[in-house]
Amino acid sequence: MISYILNRIAWAVPMLFLVSVASFAVIQLPPGDFASAMVAEMRTQGDVVPEGTEERIRHEYGLDRPIYEQYVSWMGKIVLHGDFGTSLGFNQPVSNLIWDRLFLTVSISLASLILTWVIAIPIGVYAAARQYSFLDYFFTIFGFIGRGFPEFLSALILMWFAYSWFGMNVGGLFSPEMQNAPWSLAKVIDLANHLWIPLLVLASSGAAGLIRIVRANMLDELNKPYVETALSQGLTEWSVIWRYPVRVALNPFISTIGWALPALISGDVITSVVLNLPTTGPLLLKALQSQDMYLSGAFILILGAFTIIGTIVSDILLAISDPRIRYR
Amino acid sequence: MAGENPKPIIEIENLKVHFKMREGVVKAVDGVNLSLMPGEVLGVVGESGSGKSVTVRTIMQLLPKIASIADGKVLFNDNGTTTDIAKLAKNSRDMRALRGGKIGMIFQEPMTALSPVHTIGHQVMTPILLHTGLSKREAEQRAKETLDMVRLPRIEEMMRSYPHQLSGGMRQRAMIATALACRPKVLIADEPTTALDVTTEAQILDLLKELKRELGMSIVFITHNFGVVADIADRVSVMYLGNVVETGTTEDIFYDPRHPYTRALLNSIPRLGAEKQPRLNTIPGMIPDPYRLPAGCVFNPRCSAATDQLCRTTYPGITRINDHRMARCHRVAEAVATESIAP
Repeated sequence: MISYILNRIAWAVPMLFLVSVASFAVIQLPPGDFASAMVAEMRTQGDVVPEGTEERIRHEYGLDRPIYEQYVSWMGKIVLHGDFGTSLGFNQPVSNLIWDRLFLTVSISLASLILTWVIAIPIGVYAAARQYSFLDYFFTIFGFIGRGFPEFLSALILMWFAYSWFGMNVGGLFSPEMQNAPWSLAKVIDLANHLWIPLLVLASSGAAGLIRIVRANMLDELNKPYVETALSQGLTEWSVIWRYPVRVALNPFISTIGWALPALISGDVITSVVLNLPTTGPLLLKALQSQDMYLSGAFILILGAFTIIGTIVSDILLAISDPRIRYR
Repeated sequence: MAGENPKPIIEIENLKVHFKMREGVVKAVDGVNLSLMPGEVLGVVGESGSGKSVTVRTIMQLLPKIASIADGKVLFNDNGTTTDIAKLAKNSRDMRALRGGKIGMIFQEPMTALSPVHTIGHQVMTPILLHTGLSKREAEQRAKETLDMVRLPRIEEMMRSYPHQLSGGMRQRAMIATALACRPKVLIADEPTTALDVTTEAQILDLLKELKRELGMSIVFITHNFGVVADIADRVSVMYLGNVVETGTTEDIFYDPRHPYTRALLNSIPRLGAEKQPRLNTIPGMIPDPYRLPAGCVFNPRCSAATDQLCRTTYPGITRINDHRMARCHRVAEAVATESIAP
């Protein structure tokens, strides 16, 4: 088991290196570089830029050095100082821009992921165990509607309800007066008042799809002979179901936790835009549109790192839950 | 064994199990009578679809959802009390107390019949913790004894092993250990050796015979393999299309089969030393469509002895040939009648 984990971690190192190279390549992709872009920006703002400024900036930032030296210095700053460079669009260090949003994004998304599982797994298990019952059909209909209904639309509808029926201030995560207030109990309550809409929207659409998958996986497992064996030992039907087939049917989910992490950061952009959430999705979108290369490079690097970390986490969880993988 | 007319431990009387399908009702089991004496091995033989699996699963009430017991009794006699299993609700406390506690069951596929994500130790301890009220430590001790009883090697290591680490024969031994963990009175074996190679099969059959002697339990052994029956069974019931057509001691069934179906089945087995013949013997015709069973005796369209109208119109009743033998056949009934008239 320990050698298995070490093996996984050892593999992650070259993968992380490749991801960082790819992110760096993305930063270098657009024609021109940071210096020419800066000079161009100064010119558009009407500044008189003396000859040689571009070269001076380029030298100052080390952009005239060979590409691998630039890579090493970029990575070195990230690893040693958490410095991802400067966003051209915002004229701020990238790290100022992303960490707050990243924290909010990860908390919202994790909360909605957990809510999704809490809703979907019991319903999916029940729908499989009582296949073709009234509730099974009911949840099937709910599932199809939930799958087919765009998230941003349900977000809009919920916002309208919250606004016109409860007179709530909607959109964003905080009321305007709380936006810059220090953290306090009142601010937390304010956050909870705003948080339920995005959570509900994200969780219900996620749950709708997940119910179908849990149900299908469970139907496969329920017909396996080991279920009959467990019944023949005298366990009740539900304790058989929760102890045996659910354990096996959930393995596919455990193995996809790794993909959930990056999806948490880049996903749900439209919903976030509609709900005006200060998450990373809209920022990434903006960064890509405005060719803000250090910002988008930082995102790509973080997404890649999260994918790798997530995969390691799900590999380890899977090995804990399924002995057949551990001893391979 | 040679007890003076002891009471059977399991008596199935006129059992009918119906499957409600979209196309109609299938009478999967249609009036079965079976009895299992204490300490004996009853072999239940039949083709696929003959209802042998469904019949013995009723003893555990482990029927598919579309199946229901339409009629009949399944009596379980234990320590002077008689329980009609057919009357118990499928998931009732009493039924669950029997399952795994008084009646154990082993299955055909040792590869898939054990949980892939739990250790052998966990799976053997589950029924012990459920039925005996032993502490976890005592249950663990009991599980180790049981693994030793089924002759598994390296018990400590075995307790921590997962099914996929074991060979087919070892898995079936582990399976037997889970079924016998609570020392049941009856073991139901649903083709437990079908998925094993012949060498392993012979070992498992020997083990079952030894365990039967050690624990004094009775075994219902389902198979479609007459060789296995000859090896392990004391008595045999032959099933065809949802009914028992003939029951008798293993010797009687093999050396003096009375029902035309039993004869035809035995005749279709190739034998060493038999005269060479270009083709194997088969039973003519096919198993009828379960939705349109033939009138009269269900075997009559394929039966060489079905010559008169009676076979085509009237379902044969049970003919008792002697204390140990019975058959459902008009021809046998006639023969027994003439024998008793002319002594």
